[in-house]
This record gives sequence, C-alpha cells and structure tokens, in this order.
Amino acid sequence: MFTRFKRVLKFAINDLGRNKGILIASIFVLLATMMLVSGIFFFHGIMDYLITQIQNKIEITVYFKEDVKEEDILMVRDEIIKDFPEIKKIQYISKEQAMADFKKKHKDNPILMRALQEVGKNPLLSSLNIITNGDPLQYESISKTLQISNFSKMIEKIDFFEKKDTINKIYSIISKVNIFGIISGFILVLMAVLVVFSTIKLTIENSKEEISTMRIVGASDWFIKGPFVIQGVIYGIIAFSICFFLSGIISYCLKPQIEDILPGFNVFNYFLTNWWIFVLIQLGFGVGVGVLSALIGVKKYLDI
Amino acid sequence: MIKFVKVTKIYSPNTVVLKDVSFEIKKGEFVSIVGKSGAGKTTLVNLILGLEMPTEGEIYFDGLNLNEVDNFKIQEIRRRVGTIYQDYKLLPKKTVYENVAYVMEVEGRETEEIKREVPKILEVIGLKNKINNFPSELSGGEKQRLAIARALVNSPEVIIADEPTGNLDPYNSYEVVSLLKKLNESGKTVVLATHDREIINKLGKRVITIEEGKIVRDEAEGRFII
Repeated sequence: MFTRFKRVLKFAINDLGRNKGILIASIFVLLATMMLVSGIFFFHGIMDYLITQIQNKIEITVYFKEDVKEEDILMVRDEIIKDFPEIKKIQYISKEQAMADFKKKHKDNPILMRALQEVGKNPLLSSLNIITNGDPLQYESISKTLQISNFSKMIEKIDFFEKKDTINKIYSIISKVNIFGIISGFILVLMAVLVVFSTIKLTIENSKEEISTMRIVGASDWFIKGPFVIQGVIYGIIAFSICFFLSGIISYCLKPQIEDILPGFNVFNYFLTNWWIFVLIQLGFGVGVGVLSALIGVKKYLDI
Repeated sequence: MIKFVKVTKIYSPNTVVLKDVSFEIKKGEFVSIVGKSGAGKTTLVNLILGLEMPTEGEIYFDGLNLNEVDNFKIQEIRRRVGTIYQDYKLLPKKTVYENVAYVMEVEGRETEEIKREVPKILEVIGLKNKINNFPSELSGGEKQRLAIARALVNSPEVIIADEPTGNLDPYNSYEVVSLLKKLNESGKTVVLATHDREIINKLGKRVITIEEGKIVRDEAEGRFII
C-alpha cells in the first residue's frame, strides 16, 4: 500500500516537473480565482462592519417621568437586560447628563440657548437608550413589554413608535444588502469553480491517450487517478501559499486607504483576526476544487 | 483461453462492427485475425481486453465471463496480457526506462526487482543506451521495440498485437513477427490482428478472416484471402 502510494506520488511529481507550462498555467488560474474568493470574504468583512455601524446608530429611548428616582431606573435597566439577552447596549442618561449633552450639541444655536434660559429649569427627562441587533421586531417587543409591565407607570414615553418606519426601512435595506451579498458571492464562487474546473479538465484532456494506455496495461483506477489527484492537491497548496501571502501584503498596503474611506475599519487587523478563516477558504477552495476537477476529469476517460 | 460466443458489437443502429462472432483460441495457439481496415479487428482486440463490452453475446477469458466480472478482475486480466499496437501506445511523459517500469509497478512488483529487470530487457531489445530518452526522441522501430519490451516484461500468458507492423519498414516488420513466433514457441498464446498479406502467408498459422463484422473463414493453416 505504502509502495503504491509512493509510486503514485512519484508519478505526480515527475509529471509536474515535466509539464512546467501546465503547472504554471493551472496555478495562475487557481490563484486568480482564489484571490477573487478571498476578495469576496474581505468585502463581506467590510459590509459586516458597515452594517454594524448602521445598526449601532439605531436605538430606542425610554423616557422616565420626572419624579422617578435614579435607582428605580437602574433597576428597570437591569430587568430589561435580564429579559432581553439580545440587547447589545443599554445606557442610562440622567437628566443632568441629557442637559449637558443638549448644551454641548446646540452651543452654537443662540435661539435654543435663550429658550432654555427662559424655561429656567431642566425640562429634559432621564432616559435609557437601548440598542439591539437592529431587528425591528426586537425593538417592538421591548417597547410593548415595557408598556404593559409594572414599570409602565414610571415611563413617560418610548420613542419606538415615532422611529418605527425608519427602523423598518433601514432593516429592510440591510437585509437586502445581505441577500445581495450572499447571491453575488455564490455566483462569483461558482464562476471561479467553473474556471478552475475547465482549466484542470483541459490539462487532463491533454493526458487522454496516456490514461487510455494506462488502462490497457491493467493499471487500477486509483493508480491512474492518483497522480492527477495529487497534482490537484499540489496546485491547491502552491496557489494557497501565494494567495495567503498576497492577501496579507495587500491588506497591509491598503490599510491606510481603506481607513480613509471607512474610519475605524482596519483591513489588516481583519486579516490577522480572521487568518484561520482565510486559510480554510483558500486552502479548502484550492485543494477542494483541484482534487474534485481531477477526479471528475479523469473519471470521464476511465468510463470510456 | 479466449472464447467468443455469438458476440455482436453495435456502436449505433447504423454501425454494426461485429455480428454474431463465435470462435475459441486455445492456450499456446498463434491466431491471426485478418480483414480490411474497419472490418472490426481492433474492436475485437478491445473486447478481449475488456476495454469495450459486447452489445450481445459473451466473451470468456480463461473461463471468466467478462460480462460478469468486476473492474478489478478486468484489470487483472489486462495485466495477464501483453499488448503491442501500431501506434505503440507509449506513455509520452515517461522515459524509456519508466515506460517499461510502469507495467511492473502496476503489477505491484518490488522496486529492487524493477531496477534489476528493466535494464536487462532494454539491453535485450537494444535500447539500453536510450534508457533516459522520451518516446518522442525514438525512431518508429525503436518505439515498437520499446512497446514490445513493455508487453513482455511481466511475462504475460497472452500477447495481443494489433497491426504491430503498420508503421514499420519490412526489416523491422520481419523482426517483430519473428519475435511473436518465438514467443508462441515458448508457450505463449499470440493473437495478431493485421491486414498485411505477406506476413500472414509466411506464418502458416491459424487465420480468422473477418469481413463486415462477420467471420467468413477460420482455417488452421490459413492464408490471406479477402
């Protein structure tokens, strides 16, 4: 068994060494398509970041009546966190903090500042700002639960119902972007697979006569297929090594430019934190498509 | 050794290559199969090797019905047969040494034995000095000698030669046929498919004549009559 494997490995390596043109062409095609697949993953990362940024901007605010004490609001906050684990962030804003924020925001608007002086006292209310994963149903569920709970008598208003249409619209856009991303990614990966498959099939077609001779002398199917499959693995590993190295270099070089367009998104950091996913995608794609194409390509001539 | 029982091979309704062909080749026989180009000789050879399956009828190799055996058994049968073709069917990306070694590797022979036997047989057929050459660097006669070395290296029980002299000059053709005769004298079964009148008439062995896919003559000491 081991001798047979050693022989198959030797045939594969000898053939590669004697067909450098085919080796380079196959690796180049595999590399180009692998870069495309990696590009899709980078794009997915960018879209994910953008969507998270937008989702973090969507929030609902629960305003409390003027006489409600801070400890009661904090108790409501803790209860909400307990009941709704999907909440990403919940922040208590005291009326003093709200006033400070208001003044800071409108310091250049003299009309508003004068109006505030005329009122004489702080008209703003203490509140809880709630951020979930952006699903309008979750916001609606939180709002409804608060309205019918024991805390409802402490609550002045919840602004969900004013923001409902906007939240729905943003959520629908995000969902459509996600679906578009999945479909376009799938189509591109499928195209990449077909391109690699056609290239490797062509290289095997080149060996059609050879396969026929191997059959005549009584070689077993695996003795014939083996070298092609190993060549597929070698194409995949070489293309992966180059692609992984290039992905690191390109993400490092494009880091400043992408940060200019998307502040806070470090593309090189994204590559480093997801390096194992890149390894899985690139190696899986390269070796998987290489081996599968070899198996299908050879099978055609073994079945004749 | 080889038996055809009412074998028919049809590629498409309009292409009937063999029709109702029956014959038997005994162990140690030398049988020539003759016929014009397209008479069905190569199809017959492919059927013996299990490279094609009959549309109807049965083919037996050493008692085994090829219609009923699995792929592994067919491969085993092919390893018991040495084949020589007009177009040599060499492995173009392997050297002379590797072409011969390949069939021994397929057979599962030990590496040491391969290293010992391949140079020996290459010396016998006069290709020792071309051991590292590729088939594209050999002349027609050398290619055919290499194909013969490959066919013989595993000491097969049966030799099948499909138009082995088709691409050779008279001298090389005579050499090949003489070698086939010697192999037959040493006890091997030889099946020679050819349309070379001169070779058949000189052999004085059994001749099966095929015309339009049918056996029209089967004579113990036949001549080429078409």
